[in-house]
Amino acid sequence: MSYLYYPGCCCSMKASGKAYEESLMAVLKKLGVTLEELKDWNCCGATMYMAIDQMQAFGMASRNLALAEQQCPNKTPELMAPCSACYVVMNKTKHFIEDYKEQVGTPIRNALKEAGFTYTGKTKVRHPLDILVNDIGLDKIRQHVKKPLKGLKVASYYGCLLVRPYSEFDDVHYPRSMDNLMEALGASSLEWPLKTRCCGGSMTGTVEDAGLRLSYIILNEAERRGADVVVTACPFCQTNLECFQQRIQRKSKGGISDLPILFFTQLVGYAMGIPERELGFHRLFVPFHFSPKQVVTEGVE
Amino acid sequence: MSNSQSKPSDFTPRIVAFFCNWCTYTASDLAGTARMTYAPNARIIRVMCSGRIDPQFVMAAYRNGADGVLIGGCHPGDCHYQEGNYKCLRRITLLKRMLSQLGIESERLRLEWISASEGDRVQRVVNEMTMQIKALGPLKLNIPQPEHSHAVPTQSHTPKSKEVVS
Amino acid sequence: MKDQHVHHFEHTDVKVGVYVCHCGINIASKVNVHEVVEFAKNLPNVTVATEYKFMCSDAGQDIIVQDIRSGKVNRVIVASCSPLMHEITFRNATQHGGINPYFFQMANIREHVSWVTAEKEDATVKAKALVAAAVHRVSKHTSLEKKYFPVNPNVLVVGGGIAGIQAALTIANAGKKVYLVEREPTIGGHMAKFDKTFPTLDCAACILTPKMSQVRSHPNITLWTYAEVENVSGYVGNFTVQVKHKKRYINADTCIGCKACVDACIGPENIPDEFNEGLSYRKPVYMPFPQATPSVVIIDENSCYHFTKGGCPPDFSSKNGHLSPQLQSLLRRANECFELRDFQETLKLTKEILKSSPEHQETLFLHAQTLYQLGMINEATEVMRNVMVKERCVAACPKGSVDLYQTEAISEIQVGAIIIATGFKTFQGERTTQYGYKRYPNVFTSLEIERLVNASGPTGGEIVLRDGKTKPKSVAILHCVGSRDLHSNRYCSRVCCMYSLKLAHLIKERTGAEVYNFYIDMRTPGKGYEEFYEKLCHENVHFIRGRAAEVTDWVLSKAELGKLVVRAEDTLLGMVRRVPVDMVVLSVGLEPQTDAEEVRRKFNISCSKEGWFLERHPKLAPVNTFTDGIFLAGACQGPKDIPDTVAQAGAAAAEALALIDIGYVEMEPNTAFITEENCSGCRICVALCPYTAITTDPVKLISVVNPALCKGCGTCVAACPSGAAQQNLFTDEQIFEEIEGVLEYV
Repeated sequence: MSYLYYPGCCCSMKASGKAYEESLMAVLKKLGVTLEELKDWNCCGATMYMAIDQMQAFGMASRNLALAEQQCPNKTPELMAPCSACYVVMNKTKHFIEDYKEQVGTPIRNALKEAGFTYTGKTKVRHPLDILVNDIGLDKIRQHVKKPLKGLKVASYYGCLLVRPYSEFDDVHYPRSMDNLMEALGASSLEWPLKTRCCGGSMTGTVEDAGLRLSYIILNEAERRGADVVVTACPFCQTNLECFQQRIQRKSKGGISDLPILFFTQLVGYAMGIPERELGFHRLFVPFHFSPKQVVTEGVE
Repeated sequence: MSNSQSKPSDFTPRIVAFFCNWCTYTASDLAGTARMTYAPNARIIRVMCSGRIDPQFVMAAYRNGADGVLIGGCHPGDCHYQEGNYKCLRRITLLKRMLSQLGIESERLRLEWISASEGDRVQRVVNEMTMQIKALGPLKLNIPQPEHSHAVPTQSHTPKSKEVVS
Repeated sequence: MKDQHVHHFEHTDVKVGVYVCHCGINIASKVNVHEVVEFAKNLPNVTVATEYKFMCSDAGQDIIVQDIRSGKVNRVIVASCSPLMHEITFRNATQHGGINPYFFQMANIREHVSWVTAEKEDATVKAKALVAAAVHRVSKHTSLEKKYFPVNPNVLVVGGGIAGIQAALTIANAGKKVYLVEREPTIGGHMAKFDKTFPTLDCAACILTPKMSQVRSHPNITLWTYAEVENVSGYVGNFTVQVKHKKRYINADTCIGCKACVDACIGPENIPDEFNEGLSYRKPVYMPFPQATPSVVIIDENSCYHFTKGGCPPDFSSKNGHLSPQLQSLLRRANECFELRDFQETLKLTKEILKSSPEHQETLFLHAQTLYQLGMINEATEVMRNVMVKERCVAACPKGSVDLYQTEAISEIQVGAIIIATGFKTFQGERTTQYGYKRYPNVFTSLEIERLVNASGPTGGEIVLRDGKTKPKSVAILHCVGSRDLHSNRYCSRVCCMYSLKLAHLIKERTGAEVYNFYIDMRTPGKGYEEFYEKLCHENVHFIRGRAAEVTDWVLSKAELGKLVVRAEDTLLGMVRRVPVDMVVLSVGLEPQTDAEEVRRKFNISCSKEGWFLERHPKLAPVNTFTDGIFLAGACQGPKDIPDTVAQAGAAAAEALALIDIGYVEMEPNTAFITEENCSGCRICVALCPYTAITTDPVKLISVVNPALCKGCGTCVAACPSGAAQQNLFTDEQIFEEIEGVLEYV
């Protein structure tokens, strides 16, 4: 199995989402998946661009899609975008080019032509969660589990972008794929209603109170339901929920206590027995400790 | 006649559409009752079943100046007469091969399965085909035109001969 | 039947009359009718070309009649609507004028021109082309005789819900024989599950069950339940239908419904009861519900021990025999192995025990079970015979009606008309994941609540939460679940607003709970419906205008603790509301049956995109289908409430009666024929005909068409290499003329 890899820029894989990239690489390597980085990739066009000028955003995203076709001329290019925002923007671009042929498709294709690209529409945009659950399969992952996470209560947090609005691989309102993955690792997954609520997104950087409040709602609910850890699939969510935790604690006057926020790939790697250092655990602000023994004494059921 | 038109921009394609009574003709009636506007270029001729469509009808349409021929039948398995649409498919597949040998672009003959409830599909297919034929331009056939005036219909098609298809 | 004054004109002296219809403004607003008329005047053989506001009116038809009678025309073209609409009307007018009705041709300039074309100029050109095509064609028309076929007077009704019941009774009361086929073990359909019906709140059972027993006892009705239509062949007036009787394992003719078998059954008792929407449990042998018609039990082969284990477990206490302690420990181990599904090991152990104690009942039974699990069915049956267990139900039945070896049977019947009344299914609540059905136990579907409020339901009419005892203090009813939603069904299911109001009333009445309706629009058109809505408004039922966004257990305050919170934008208030409730009811919409597509193919009828069976014309032929002799009744054609369903069932019955009562059907004379002198006897047509209507004359060695079998598809005509095969109304000559006409002038 091999995929094209789109790291993404603004807050993600090469930057604050370093731990995501490290753990993802380690896990995929262990599972025998080969990656090839998309050559000469550019920003996906998320957030600011999309909010201010959609066409510019489509232009940027479509360049990546066209690059993928260029790099994989003889097969269907499968472009893995680990950041939810990159994933959704590139998917949105694909859909808009197809659904609004005149308003979006033609101008974008013309713009690409000017730059010497052709885009046929065959590039598939994939998220690592989709790849792990649907391509590799839970059975294979179960076989690789060395340290089952028995007793660990995991709140799977998908964020508002991953399955919306296109629902490429899971339900829009109540996704289950990450929960199934966590259960395959031996953890118990938490049923909670805020799986797809917004973390605050870039609001935290602009209207801080509004952003932090949204993050607080998620952290508070996860804690109230007894989560030991929250796993996310997006560097933005991870940053919001983890890096701002102290500020949220201060603002909510101790309303929440420390809660580790991991990338789901970190936990997958951990259960597979990959050393913590290779999974970027040392980059966490809220450290994650798990000792199965301690959990057993607390009584699992 | 359209065959003599030269400027593609002014070109109004004429498409003869053979629709089966039970599915596609009804679907185009439905498109009407639902007021789905579509290109005025397709002129519909009703037959009971797409199985009735003789390849000669298609050739006759081209000969009389059609730029395209559209055939509509019931979806596979839905034929009112069990399997007339399969027979049609077989004939049209062969005919297409022959058309390309005659230098007639295969886009000028289109077979579509359109059920009685698919009025929107009639709309889409006719629009699509009109666009396609517009892009292709008028069909140019080098047929020596028999002399006749409009007031006297020719009897040249009868008796029927099959040398074109066999 | 035949007009006395029929003149036979053939191709000589053709005088064509062209009559262009305005259809009010339907045609005239898009087609320059006058221009078309002027154009028609110059077409070959046209002697009269004129226009009229409504050609289909008496006055319009009279123009045609007068022109024919005065000798001005002997061929008629009407350029108006679709021939599927008015061809018969104008053929009759043509005949009335005194010429053969088939000297007529229609040009469809409404459905195919004025209603679908944007520009007037384009529409006029297209109308001219179609008129010219018809003018060309009609001069090649020949006089034809109508065909008549006798009609079988029996009727098949498919589906035994209220629609099927009503249709069957109407026809049976008219003295005709009806076969009513229902695939469930009992008739009654969805209506049998309801407690009250809106808006009158009369009891559903009180009005339905008498009709059910009438069906059962009516001398003209043959009722077949747990049976399905397997195959349909033939055509209007003469259908041959094969009906499959599924394996019920009970002889339905002798069972008296005493339920002795149900009492005796020792099978699992935890099988979700389908009739109660899984809110109660039943045994493998059961009566669907107390008023089931026919009053016959059924055995569910998926849970009955006879089918899952090879037989009823024996009663070990009475005839177990003695086992030595050593053998007893072996038996224990054998049982353990069986539990662990190690059947090979079990088999070894049981064989060992049986060597010294061959009569031991428990061991024999375990042995048989193991053989059964290993797939050695015959051996298992052999051993079971030695265990001497007679299935409890078989032993208990006083009439010997239990037949565990029943096989499927096929009945073949001849009918003249078929009424399809296969109903609907409700939308699956779990598909709208945001409402948490099946995730939160206290989210119910409306059909579950129907069973809960029903006095003969699982709780005896008590409305309680999923725990079976707590009465809800607050209930939210969410409208439009699976209706008016781009993600599931775009259409309105029509009945949900009204049944939601009914349930709101019943819940309020029975529990005193606060009831909140979350709606998009209240749709209450119907006799007494709006009044019912108004009545509810005065009963302190809350109405919140806004589709619910989600049902969640994410609580924000103490008041919400332990409750389900419904979040919705109240569009009248202009704000998002959170309403904590104990119970949520999803007003699920109506959907076509899962196998609608399969049924559609069986009967050769059409479906709308959603899967509802398609009526021939939404206004003028609402119960007819495109296949003559097959009619629709009830919700299989589209969502419908009970009054509309019953009315439509009556209409379908009337259509079927009209067909069978007159005793014959008139067929289009569009059959194929062979011109003898052109036929070379190649037999290509013989193999093509789907109806085996073409045979070879043994003497002349040419093909012959049997007009009684020919359905007029024309496939043979298209294939005939010598042009000997021709089709009436669609001869090659006529179609070639039409092609030429449609392209010749514009």
